[in-house]
Amino acid sequence: MNWEFIVGRSLASAFGADAAVFALAAIGLNLHFGYTGLLNFGQVGFMALGAYGISVTVATLGFSLWWGLALGAALSVTLALLLGLPTLRLRADYLAIVTIAASEIVRFVARSVSMREITGGSFGLSDFADEFYAINPFPGGSYGLGLVQYSARGFWVITVGWTLVALLALMTYVLMHSPWGRVLRSIREDEDAARSLGKNVYSYKMQSLVVGGLIGTLAGVMYAISQQSVQPDTYSTPVTFYAYAIIILGGTARVFGPVLGSMIFWALLSFTDTALRQAVAAGYIPTAIMDGTQVGQMRFILLGLGLMLLMIFRPQGILGDRKEIALDAH
Amino acid sequence: MLRMMLLAAVACLLLLPATIAHAQEEEGGEAIRGTIVQRPEEGDPVPVPGVDITVSTADGEEVGTVTTTEDGSYALELPGPGDYSATLVAETLPEDVQLTDPDRATLEFTIRPGQSRPLLYPLGEAESAGGRFAAFMSRALQLAVEGIKFGLIIAMTAVGLSLIFGTTGLVNFAHGELVTFGAIAAWVVNVTLGVHFFLATIIAIAIGAVAGGLLDRGLWAPLRRRGTGLIAMLVISIGLSIFLRYTFLYFFGGRTRPYGQYAVQRAIEIGPIGIAPKDIVAIVLSLLVLGGVGLVLQRTKIGKAMRAVADNRDLAESSGINVERVILFVWMFGGGLATLGGVMLGLGEQVSWQMGFQLLLLMFAGVTLGGLGTAYGALLGSLVVGLFIQLSTLVISPELKNVGALLVLILILLVRPQGILGQAERIG
Repeated sequence: MNWEFIVGRSLASAFGADAAVFALAAIGLNLHFGYTGLLNFGQVGFMALGAYGISVTVATLGFSLWWGLALGAALSVTLALLLGLPTLRLRADYLAIVTIAASEIVRFVARSVSMREITGGSFGLSDFADEFYAINPFPGGSYGLGLVQYSARGFWVITVGWTLVALLALMTYVLMHSPWGRVLRSIREDEDAARSLGKNVYSYKMQSLVVGGLIGTLAGVMYAISQQSVQPDTYSTPVTFYAYAIIILGGTARVFGPVLGSMIFWALLSFTDTALRQAVAAGYIPTAIMDGTQVGQMRFILLGLGLMLLMIFRPQGILGDRKEIALDAH
Repeated sequence: MLRMMLLAAVACLLLLPATIAHAQEEEGGEAIRGTIVQRPEEGDPVPVPGVDITVSTADGEEVGTVTTTEDGSYALELPGPGDYSATLVAETLPEDVQLTDPDRATLEFTIRPGQSRPLLYPLGEAESAGGRFAAFMSRALQLAVEGIKFGLIIAMTAVGLSLIFGTTGLVNFAHGELVTFGAIAAWVVNVTLGVHFFLATIIAIAIGAVAGGLLDRGLWAPLRRRGTGLIAMLVISIGLSIFLRYTFLYFFGGRTRPYGQYAVQRAIEIGPIGIAPKDIVAIVLSLLVLGGVGLVLQRTKIGKAMRAVADNRDLAESSGINVERVILFVWMFGGGLATLGGVMLGLGEQVSWQMGFQLLLLMFAGVTLGGLGTAYGALLGSLVVGLFIQLSTLVISPELKNVGALLVLILILLVRPQGILGQAERIG
């Protein structure tokens, strides 16, 4: 067992592009679930719209990447309005079912044969982020500290990703300390009380859905850029559940909850993965019990178990405050 | 330094195919070839002579036209490898013959160096307008039967989901895993232990019911006692769903597997539709089971208690109903029904580790359509969803059929959020 390698991998994952992307998605979801009490189970749908927004614009239509951002944002706002209109007046679990259905609709449509000309069908699209990498200020070589090393391209993605995370975390802080944020929290605590104070609860919920969805879209954009490809099945429901696990781990309704949660989540995922792989390779675990492909499945088993145990025994996560979570809503 | 080495490696990779391609290019011989034949429903294929096929390059430049010979065959030399498109000129076909898919008159393809590529143009008999209508109706009828079968499967699994929601308020995202668990349990008893399919199904239903009961006693009942909130429980059910699904994958593997008996059956013709005997049995059996469910809910003491708790838990409790016991029964009931639904689904489409999860959203659609928390609403809503999914393939591509169902779910919430049989008060 090469512990140096395992620890290096885990640390690289904690600060890597995936961690930044999921921190972004979770910041958006935190606005929905943590601050407003909206059960959005379709965050991945917003991410997919961002990813397809840029890839279709560049790879299919031949326009600049930056127009793609606008397309993704426009699509996301439309989706949020479509989802919110029927469900935000209803009980919380209706939004849950409708959002999960909508995110699957996005995926099904993107991977359908009839859309192959536009979205590339089940193969997806690739090589559309050259404009992003063209403005990379870091010359070639390797960047990092000690065990953790990234390529110049990777380092550029990471820098932009974590800068966005920092900006949006700051934005969340400012918003939540503004009157607007206080209304959202009061809706989470008691809708009727907020309504009796003359607040248009429906409109505030809608604003929260749109803003959080846009942050999710940005996460999708960064995800697509970091991989230089989109494939429809990357954007399926488990991604949303990852984001939930991340905010619950870090601390729901906390500005740094999603950030810390994402770093720990990816470090743990990477740690178990590499450690198990090495243990299997070294023969500590007999292949009759676990083989190479089963290692990949083990991470999901642990993820599910972790999510359950966390929710049962420490629903406030690491940074959270138990009084600040809308878990008893009805 | 590293960069230089990488560059060198990439250059090698780029050059390699080029040299191979060069070697092949010298052989030449790029061409398309094929035979245009009409395949009548009975008898041997008939060659179709005198049909023109026009070939152009990807840029639209015409390469040439070839006409089929007496035996229906054709071949055309191409100038070199690359992208081409070939169009069958429909006007040159005999009057009683047409392409089975008129959209595929033009085929786009890539020719590799030295490749002589066959092209396929399926032909069929030209149909009169009346014949087309009859074909459409018989297809609609066939899809309706399949829709009823699928709807009954959804209904069987959704009754439990709806009753669990009604009695405990839990939106159980792990209900699909009960379906998968049941199907896999039946598979293990049937294939691994070698018990006949029917007996295996009965044993699996018992196992599924016990599993449902254990889930309630081991997980959900203690959580209710702790006063865990509904949304927290919803998130826990998602964790449970992921945990169980990948545990199935871990032990059962990613392949789909058939049951030991009745896996493949020839369809028998009844009027305009063809249906396998196992599907008839499945439909009759589900109707009987669902009728039985109705009787249990309507006539027996425990059934009445279930509906009472679903309707108003506090009132039921204060009238002396042991609510926890009723909930335990609901879970066992739901587990058994989910198992039967899973086995029937597995009989039609084989058993896989995520079959239940793929069904979950459709269950939600059925339950929401019928009215969350009601047992009969779930039945009705699921039937509508099943029928809708199958019949929608008449107009939309089959791969998008679930999209239609999910869109309807969203529309229903816009118009009548309480569902067909739900009461308006419970959704506030």
